[in-house]
Amino acid sequence: MAEKKKTILRTDKLKAFYILEMHGTQKIVKAVNDVDMEIYENEIYGIAGESGCGKTTLLKALFNDIVPPLRLISGKIYYHINWDKEVDVTTLSPEEKRQLRMEYISYIPQGSMSVLNPVLKLKETYKDFIGSHLGDQSQEEIFELARKQIQVLGLPKNILDVYPHQLSGGMRQRVTIALASLLKPCIMIGDEPTTALDVVVQRGVIQMLKAIQENLKNTIILVTHDMGVHANIADRIGIMYAGKIVEEATTEQIFSRPLHPYTQFLINSLPKFGDKNVRGSVPGNPPSMADLPAGCPFHPRCPHVKEICRQQMPDFCYPDENHKVACWLVGEGKHG
Amino acid sequence: MNILRDLFKDYRFVLSFGVLLILLALAVTASFCPYDPSLTGVVPRDMRPSAEYWLGTDSKGQDVFWQAAFAVRNSLIVSVIAALISRVIAILVGMVSGYVGGMTDRVLMFISDSLLVIPLFLILVLMSMLLREYMNLFILALLLSIFGWAWDARVIRSLILSLREREFTKTAILSGTGTVKLVLNEYMPFTMPLIFSTLINNMSWAIGLEMTLAILGLVNMNIPTLGTMLNWAISYQAILLRHWWWILTPVLLSVFLFVALYWLSVSISEYLDPRTRTQRVGV
Amino acid sequence: MNFLKRYLIPRLIQYLLVIFLGITAVFIIPRLLPNDPVSTMIGVMQARGQQLEPGAIDEMVTSLKEMYGLEGSWWEQYVAFWGRLIRGDFGVSFFQFPTRVDVMVARAMPWTLGLLLTATVINWPLGNIVGGLAGYYSRKRWSRVLDAIAMFVRPQPYYILAFALLLLLGYAVQWFPVAGGTELGRKIAFNWPTIKDIIRHSFLPALSLVILGGAINFQSMKLIVQYVTSESFVQYAKLGGVTEGRIVGRYVIRNALLPQLTGLALSLGQIFSGALITEIVFSYPGLGSLLFNAIVNGDYNLIMGITVFSIVGITTAILILDLLYPLFDPRVRYT
Repeated sequence: MAEKKKTILRTDKLKAFYILEMHGTQKIVKAVNDVDMEIYENEIYGIAGESGCGKTTLLKALFNDIVPPLRLISGKIYYHINWDKEVDVTTLSPEEKRQLRMEYISYIPQGSMSVLNPVLKLKETYKDFIGSHLGDQSQEEIFELARKQIQVLGLPKNILDVYPHQLSGGMRQRVTIALASLLKPCIMIGDEPTTALDVVVQRGVIQMLKAIQENLKNTIILVTHDMGVHANIADRIGIMYAGKIVEEATTEQIFSRPLHPYTQFLINSLPKFGDKNVRGSVPGNPPSMADLPAGCPFHPRCPHVKEICRQQMPDFCYPDENHKVACWLVGEGKHG
Repeated sequence: MNILRDLFKDYRFVLSFGVLLILLALAVTASFCPYDPSLTGVVPRDMRPSAEYWLGTDSKGQDVFWQAAFAVRNSLIVSVIAALISRVIAILVGMVSGYVGGMTDRVLMFISDSLLVIPLFLILVLMSMLLREYMNLFILALLLSIFGWAWDARVIRSLILSLREREFTKTAILSGTGTVKLVLNEYMPFTMPLIFSTLINNMSWAIGLEMTLAILGLVNMNIPTLGTMLNWAISYQAILLRHWWWILTPVLLSVFLFVALYWLSVSISEYLDPRTRTQRVGV
Repeated sequence: MNFLKRYLIPRLIQYLLVIFLGITAVFIIPRLLPNDPVSTMIGVMQARGQQLEPGAIDEMVTSLKEMYGLEGSWWEQYVAFWGRLIRGDFGVSFFQFPTRVDVMVARAMPWTLGLLLTATVINWPLGNIVGGLAGYYSRKRWSRVLDAIAMFVRPQPYYILAFALLLLLGYAVQWFPVAGGTELGRKIAFNWPTIKDIIRHSFLPALSLVILGGAINFQSMKLIVQYVTSESFVQYAKLGGVTEGRIVGRYVIRNALLPQLTGLALSLGQIFSGALITEIVFSYPGLGSLLFNAIVNGDYNLIMGITVFSIVGITTAILILDLLYPLFDPRVRYT
C-alpha cells in the first residue's frame, strides 16, 4: 500500500461563472459549479469530458487566471507552496501571482494554437520567459540548461535560433512543453496538448510528458476529451460533466469499473482491438451551462434515470479506496 | 427595431443621431426660405446676429441663416449621392472580385489599389478646373463617387472571400443556385451592415473633399454649400474685418457634421463587430 | 535569391505599372473632358478683362496648343508627352513665363518635403506609442479621455483643422505668423536666424499635420492593439508570467506595428494631399501654394507637372516602405 501522498493543489467548493451582459440581459454560464479537488504531488491527473463541460474554465481557475467576464463566485483554491502551509491563491496580489507562474505552476497550451511571438526568435522568447523570473546571473545558467534540455528531449540542436513560423505544429508544441518544464515547476497544466496533432506527433508529445514527469517527479494536470490519452498517461482521472466532477478514481478503476453512467458511455465509446460491434455514443446533447436542468445535470440523457435524479443533485459516495462518484444509482453520499 | 434599441444604448450613437436630426431639420427649413439664395443684396450687409437676422448677414447682402440652411442641404445632397453611387460601384467591384477571383480579381484590385495610391486630390483638381462651368451638385457628386469606392471595394471583397469558404455557400452551389442569385440573396444580409457604415464614412469624406475643392474655387460658387460659404467669407476678408458670424457658421456647422457622422459610423461598426460588442458591454 | 524573386520583382513590376497607369490617366483625363485647357485659359483671360481681337485669339490658341502639347493626333501627343517626361521636361508655366515647370517644382519641393517628413516623423511614432498604450490600458481613464479627444479631431478634413489652428493661434492670439515660410524679403541662408524664422513659420502647419495624423494613428493603433492583446501568444506570455513591460513592448506593440506600417503605406497619398491643403491655408511656399496659384491662374502645365511629380513621388515612397517591411516581419523574410 503506497504511502499517502502530499496534496499540492486543492479546491474547496469552487464556483466560477461567466457573467455576460448583452444589451441589458444578463446571461450566467455556470462553467465551474461547486468543484472539490485534491491533487497530489508526483502524479499525473487527467480531467476528461466532452467539449463545453467546463474543463478549460476549471483549468483557468486552477491556474489562478480568473479574469472578467469569468468571476470567482465562491470557494477557494489552495496551493501548497512551502510544504507546510497552504496559500489561498485567490487572495494574492497580481505581482505574487505572476511570480508563481513558470516557477511553481506552468502552462502547456493546446496543440493547434500559435502561442509563440511571431516576430521573435525562439531564444528571444525564452529570454523573456526566463528573464521575467530570474536575475541576470542565473539566467545564463538556465539558458545553458535550456539548450541541454532541448537536446535531451530529442529536438534539433539549433531550434532556438529560428522563428516560430519556420517550425511545424508538432515541433512548436514540443518546444512549449520544454519551456513549461524549464524552471522545474511543481505543477504543469496542459489544456488539450495533443489535440489537432497527427497521431505520430501525439505519441511524441505523450512520451515527452511522461519523461519530464519521471524526471522532475512533479504533478501534471492534463485536460483532454481523448480517453486514449488518459489511458496512456494518467494516474488518476476526474470525469467532468456540466461544470461538476461526477466521478474520480485511478485510471485502472475508471477503465475497469466505471460507475457513473456518463463514465460508462465514455469508456464504451472507445474502440477495443478485435471488437467489431457498433460503438454507442452518449445520446442527446450536453446541457447549456447557462440553463442547467434541475437535479443531476446528466439526468436528461441517463438511461437509468430515477425520480430523485430529476429533483436533487447527488452527493459523493466512496465505493472504493480512491474512488468517488456522485450518482443516485451508487448510493446517497455526503458532500466531500 | 431591436437593433435601434440596442444602438441607442451607446451615447455616441444618441448624440450623433441627435445632431444629425438637427442638421437635417435645418436643411429642410431651406425650402421655406423667402428669398432666392443666389440673389445678393436682399438684406442689409454685414449686420451682426440679432433677433431679426439670427446669424447675421454677410458682405454680399445675404442672410447667413438661410445661406447656412441651403449650405447644409446642398452639402448633404452631394455627399449622399456621391456615397450612394460609390457604394454601388464598391459592391459590384468587391463582389465580382471576391467571388470570381483569378485574373479578374487581380485586375480589379490592381485598379482599386492604384486609385488608393495616386493622389486623388490632384486629379480632382485637374478635373474640376476643366469642368468649372458644368459643375453643379450632381456632377460634383459623380466626380467624387468615381474616386470614393476603392477602399470599401477591398473591404467588401475580403468579406466575400470569407463567405465563399463557408458551408452554406457550398450547400447553395450544390443545390444548384445560380451565381447571381447566390451572391444577391445569400451574401447581401452580411454585406448590408458593412455597406451602411462605410456609406456614412464616405459621406463624411465627400463633404470634406467638396469643402476643400470649394475653397480652392473649383466648384460653382453660386450654389451655396458649406465650402462655398467659407470661400466667400474668406475672399471678403471676413477674418480681418472680424465678421466672425460669417466665418464661424460654416466652420462650426461642418465640424459638428463631421463629428456626428464619424460617431455614427463608429458606433454602428462597433455594434456590428461581435468582438467589440461584448467587450464594450458589461464586465 | 528566392526572396528577391518572390517579393522584390513582382513589387517592382507593380510599381512601374502604377506609375505608368497614373501618368497615362493624367494624360487622358483632360482630353476626355468637354473643356480643353486652351479654351479654359482663354476664358480665364477674358474673365480678367483682357480684350483680344479675333486674330490675336487665333495666335494665342496656336501658341497655347503648342505649349500644352495639344498638337497632332492623340497618339502623337502621347508619344511626345512621354518623350518630354523622360527628359524631365514639363513645359513652361504660362503665368511665370518662361520659367520651366520643373524648376518651379524643384524650388517648392524642399519645403513640402521638410514639412511632411518632420510631421510624419513626429506623429507616426508618437501616435502609435500613445495609441498602443491606450489600447492596452483601454479601461483606464486617461485612455478614454484621449480617445474622446481623438474622436473630435479625427473626422475633420485637413483644411478645417488647419484653418481652425490659423484662427486660434494666428489671429485670436497672435503667437505665430499666418503666412509664408519666412519673413518677407529674408534671404535664405544656412544660419541660425534663418532657421529660427523657418521654424516659427513652419510650426502651425506642422502642428496641424501632427494633430490630425496623430489622432488617426492613435485610433487605428488603439484598435489594432486591442485585437493583438487578445491573440493567443499574448495570452500565453501572460500565463508564463512575463513581465508587463515586456509584454506591452515586445509582444503587443511590436506586432501591432506591422499592420500600421502597411496602413501608412496605403495612406501616404492622403497624407500628401493633406500636406498640400495645409500649405495652402498657411500660404506656406511648398507644392501646395504652388498648386493653388496654378489653379487660380489656370496654369495648366504647372498643374500637370505637379500631378505627375506627385504620382511618381508617392508611389516611390510607398515602394520604399514596402521594401522595408520585411525588416520588421520575419514571416515575410524567410519562407
